Amino acid sequence: MESRALVAALETLVPGARVEALPSVDQPTVLGAAADLVAVGAALRDGADLRFAALIDIVGVDMMPRVPRFDVNYVLVATSVPARVRVKVQVDGDEPHVPSVTGIWPSAGFLEREVWDLLGVVFDGHPDLRRLLTPDDWEGHPLRKDYPVQVKVPVKFHEPLQVTEDQFKANIEQDRRVRGDQS
Amino acid sequence: MPELRSEVLTVNMGPQHPSTHGVLRLVLELDGETVLSVMPTIGYLHTGIEKTIEQKKWQQVVPLVERMDYLSAHSNSFSYVLSVEKLLGLEVPDRVKWIRVLLVELQRLNSHLVWLGTHVMDLGAMTVMLYTWREREIILNINELIAGFRMFPSYIRIGGLREDLPDGFHAAVRAILDRLPGKIDEYEKLLTKNEIFLRRTRGVGVISRATALAWGMVGPMARGSGDTYDVRKAFPYSGYETFEFDVPIGAAGDVFDRYMVRMNEMRQSVRICWQALDRIAARGVHAADDPRVVPPPKDKVYTEMEALIQHFLIYSQGFTVPAGEAYVPVEGPRGEHGCHVVSDGGNRPWRVKMRSPSLIACQAIGTMAVGGLIADVVAVIGSSDVVMGDCDR
Amino acid sequence: MAPDTDIPILTTTVDKMVQWARRSSIWPVTFGLACCAIEMMSLGASRYDLARFGAEVFRASPRQADLMIVAGRVSRKMAPALRRIYDQMPEPKWVISMGACASCGGVFDNYAVVQGVDQVVPVDVFVPGCPPRPEALLYGIISLQRKIDQQRAFGYPRA
Repeated sequence: MESRALVAALETLVPGARVEALPSVDQPTVLGAAADLVAVGAALRDGADLRFAALIDIVGVDMMPRVPRFDVNYVLVATSVPARVRVKVQVDGDEPHVPSVTGIWPSAGFLEREVWDLLGVVFDGHPDLRRLLTPDDWEGHPLRKDYPVQVKVPVKFHEPLQVTEDQFKANIEQDRRVRGDQS
Repeated sequence: MPELRSEVLTVNMGPQHPSTHGVLRLVLELDGETVLSVMPTIGYLHTGIEKTIEQKKWQQVVPLVERMDYLSAHSNSFSYVLSVEKLLGLEVPDRVKWIRVLLVELQRLNSHLVWLGTHVMDLGAMTVMLYTWREREIILNINELIAGFRMFPSYIRIGGLREDLPDGFHAAVRAILDRLPGKIDEYEKLLTKNEIFLRRTRGVGVISRATALAWGMVGPMARGSGDTYDVRKAFPYSGYETFEFDVPIGAAGDVFDRYMVRMNEMRQSVRICWQALDRIAARGVHAADDPRVVPPPKDKVYTEMEALIQHFLIYSQGFTVPAGEAYVPVEGPRGEHGCHVVSDGGNRPWRVKMRSPSLIACQAIGTMAVGGLIADVVAVIGSSDVVMGDCDR
Repeated sequence: MAPDTDIPILTTTVDKMVQWARRSSIWPVTFGLACCAIEMMSLGASRYDLARFGAEVFRASPRQADLMIVAGRVSRKMAPALRRIYDQMPEPKWVISMGACASCGGVFDNYAVVQGVDQVVPVDVFVPGCPPRPEALLYGIISLQRKIDQQRAFGYPRA
């Protein structure tokens, strides 16, 4: 199915949605508005001749200094037809917001977390939007173009707990007392 | 007699655990031996390859993407190269296509052998691993033959191949292909009717076709549940439409069916390899005739001024790729591999994002393992064939 | 000393004998990180057969291991876990840093990768390569055996 046919089908399925076909070299590409994303996604999954049951990837791209700054691409596959489509959403700002599609495709869970982690795009309505790849206490979003390649901070690890012999014995004694009180 | 207390037990599995195939970490909640919930935690191998790639020139990216999914190096570089060639509008000669297909299929065999050995070892069969690694070594010999490197040959380049095939290539591949079908039968003899293996795999980790697709799994995982989608058939690339092969399909969607799908895939790969090998002449073109991208042959560099300039330009400032984005999927051993390449028209990639089947599979481990026993979690991890380098990148 | 040559006796020092025992049975901990781990497994498998050198017993528990082979790139997220595993190993213990990434960060000079595992644990042998061939790791293990041979078992000043 070509981009234009897809856009026509989507316009009838989701009245009032702003979608347009983009020129592409590889597969049909549809540009949508962030506000319509959930409705468009549901139509793509359930529409009679669409059946894009699998969301196989979400690609975030930082296009700085372009405005709007971020592209979020949803790569969809209809395995039985077979057909593919790329749905593109463009958002701007230092903390851009996109509605989450985890309600439509559960596979979006990790994929959206990855995009948030590396590019800082917030997915509204995501049940568990935590960092995925970087450590939990990481600062910044590494794949943004204004993030340095190398950060010169010391590696974090925990030194082993050093206990003297007396402290060790005291610990065991205390442990015994606590357990003795319980039973 | 005091009333028995019971509570939900939280068990932390990994990141250093022998059966998690790398540094996958699972937080399991158990009621007795029954798994109540699985929370995968990944990122322990996050390498920032995508950030490093943005600093490299187009041709320099090939060795980097190969180190993402380290069991299917050729699939990574193949998907990257196809995407860039799509942006460049470059068509490679048929001989190059056949050689690429042959190498990628050999690598699928290689990856499946590693999967089989480790998966079955987790289930308690040590012998199979020693057997599969014996065959894997002779496939790695092919990599050494073409590039002098066992795991990451970087042989598939933008515009063609690094150089022409070495002497003795055909004989070496023929020896492997002659040997492998018998060996695959041997593994099956050890496993397919083995009562212990059947009890550990039949009805374990069941996932339906609809659920597999909803979780984004395409490839052997979905085919074990009866999906027919195979990128080689659905969206043929590099001349796959001219090869004769079947796509093995399971029905039950359990660990055993996924095992059978992969075993039969290995047989089909051997079939494709034979067809490709017959088409490849011992000597011939190894790259497209495109002076923008492909460096001139070395003897011309030493004798002709134009060739010297071209060589210098390609290796110093590289070549530019028209602005745009491309995503050409290939069927890797773990499912659909694809490289989303974005170019701004410069001599470096603006963004390269690898679609990783392992990340998707990791996410779905919970769906497959919940409700089963804790011992079956290792069977589920093994059958989903995750490679953490691919997952975390 | 009875001049009875029928009884086979070798004389040596306790020190040498203990070190001989230690170097002949180095048990590595199963600690595969990335690509190098696959080559480490090749070394343990059929063709290269690490058992010839008494080091094939890959232990799942660090409590039973003498050697940690850091096989692959160490991310900043993994560094605390790696250090914890090292601390759990009983003395005497040794570390082999396998491959370019573990030794110096390799090609991945970026925010995510620890630029050399020696920032986290003390390393005895560095094995170069990306990934090293199994033979290279084998040479690393033999080098470690030589190193252990030269160390003293007792009266060694503790840091």
